[in-house]
Amino acid sequence: MRRALPAAAAIALLLSPLLLPSEFYVNIAAQVLIAAIFALSLNLLVGYGGLISLGHAAYLGTAAYLTIGLVTRAGFGQLPAALCAVGLATAMAAVFGLLALRATGLGFLMITLALGQILWGLAYRWVALTGGDNGLSGFTRPAPLGLALTSPRAFYLFVVAVFACAFVLLALLARSPFGAGLRGVRDQPRRMQALGWNTWLIRYAAFVIAGFWGAVAGVLFAYYNQFISPHVLGLTSSAEVLLMVIAGGAGTLLGPLAGAAVVVLLKNVASAYVTRWVMLLGIVFVAIVVFMPEGLVPGLSRLRRRRRAAGAA
Amino acid sequence: MTAALQIEGLSKSFGGLPAVQRLSLSVAAGERRLLLGPNGAGKTTLFNLITGDLRADAGSIRVLGTEISRMRPHLRAHLGVARTYQVITLFPQDSLLHNVALALLGRSPLRWNPFVSLGRRAEVRERAWQVLDRVGLAGAAERRLSAVSYGEQRRVEIAMALAQDPRVLLLDEPFAGLSREERRDIQHQLAQIPRQVTVVMIEHDLDVALSFAERITVLHHGELIVEGNRAEVVADPRVQEVYLGA
Repeated sequence: MRRALPAAAAIALLLSPLLLPSEFYVNIAAQVLIAAIFALSLNLLVGYGGLISLGHAAYLGTAAYLTIGLVTRAGFGQLPAALCAVGLATAMAAVFGLLALRATGLGFLMITLALGQILWGLAYRWVALTGGDNGLSGFTRPAPLGLALTSPRAFYLFVVAVFACAFVLLALLARSPFGAGLRGVRDQPRRMQALGWNTWLIRYAAFVIAGFWGAVAGVLFAYYNQFISPHVLGLTSSAEVLLMVIAGGAGTLLGPLAGAAVVVLLKNVASAYVTRWVMLLGIVFVAIVVFMPEGLVPGLSRLRRRRRAAGAA
Repeated sequence: MTAALQIEGLSKSFGGLPAVQRLSLSVAAGERRLLLGPNGAGKTTLFNLITGDLRADAGSIRVLGTEISRMRPHLRAHLGVARTYQVITLFPQDSLLHNVALALLGRSPLRWNPFVSLGRRAEVRERAWQVLDRVGLAGAAERRLSAVSYGEQRRVEIAMALAQDPRVLLLDEPFAGLSREERRDIQHQLAQIPRQVTVVMIEHDLDVALSFAERITVLHHGELIVEGNRAEVVADPRVQEVYLGA
């Protein structure tokens, strides 16, 4: 009962955008959740693993390219294409992890950045395969179990279902023995080693899991846009998701969701009113860093605690 | 009978500066051994070489007959080598129970499971609680580590090492920075370590250390200079030279 109530409230909140009259906002809500899955996956590395990656767009971008490319160019069915996209992008994470986890800290960041830029370069230059700057298009959303995802509301429901799976599984991971170990390795790697934990393998496992969920977000991203271009694999894309995690609150469960909401809303809603919306995004980030350096979610709960303490006094 | 810890010709230098030089020593199973030596004698370096925090330049380390000097650190822990640290390296934001649970999980296959909630694994909580009870901290199990005293944190260090069911336990200055009563507490707890566990201790407080250890090894500039019982070591002219500069 204690857990059922918040769960019901969360589901109601997730479904509430369906009541919005305009499909424009339903689409934005879908974008927020897709970005949130992406940010949750990176949060596993940044927040729980203490590994700051600047190449996380690689998994979203590769999975999105594969989803669209396999259907439009290789004639795959929708389901096999999606499964292959997630499988191959996760396999790529397994290879990249071997390279990137030779280092931690700044070295890790630079290797992930370099690997991401290689993929961006491939997407941009290998025109025969990727369509180059024009990208890949001509894709339509699938209709799993007879639910045509072409309708924004049906698509949003689909995204909610995937998001709920991702959130529940990653929340469980954060509380699991594995998650406890990952945080331990972040804070005291030598001590954890002396306690019998294989610090490399635990980071590597987290890296591959993060790649997997990044790829899942990539499939949804492909479905949403029905188009993919090298831009998605770029450094800006990796930096944006990192900002979502840091602004929302790294190492928290709701932080990535909050960060994703801020970025997507500013990008879509504010850009309709303000031409210099990127500047606005910058100002918002500076404000967050100045007033809540730990991120929105932990920052707000700190303010609430302080207010409650002031009320009690 | 194989020794619990058998070290032969062990060397390690840092940029040309030798920290441990051609060191050989043997500790019998179940023995309590005290490592003595002035600062920079290479005592903690020796511990780091045994646990794998550092890699030896040359020589061999055997634990219960198994050569471990090239083994990765976490595998050495699985073989039964546990240690405490001179400077406390625990998880200050987590509860005492969580700290000990991390030590328990280090040797359990459960640590790879991402699909269960750690807080709901009654058997882990129960065992962590028992270990804390052994060091008299069961009452504080749910408190945050940063909220308990330094002496209690030292006890958590020992509890975590004991939670691993070690065969060779390395204690790096377990009494450092403690008050007299706290020393007595720790002394009492160390006396209760089961006899089958081999214990090697670095300690400067000779009163507490000598009542615990049967044999003493004195290191100086990374070399073994004397080994023997208390009377032998105290009578040795080289020890007097090292400690008194006479």
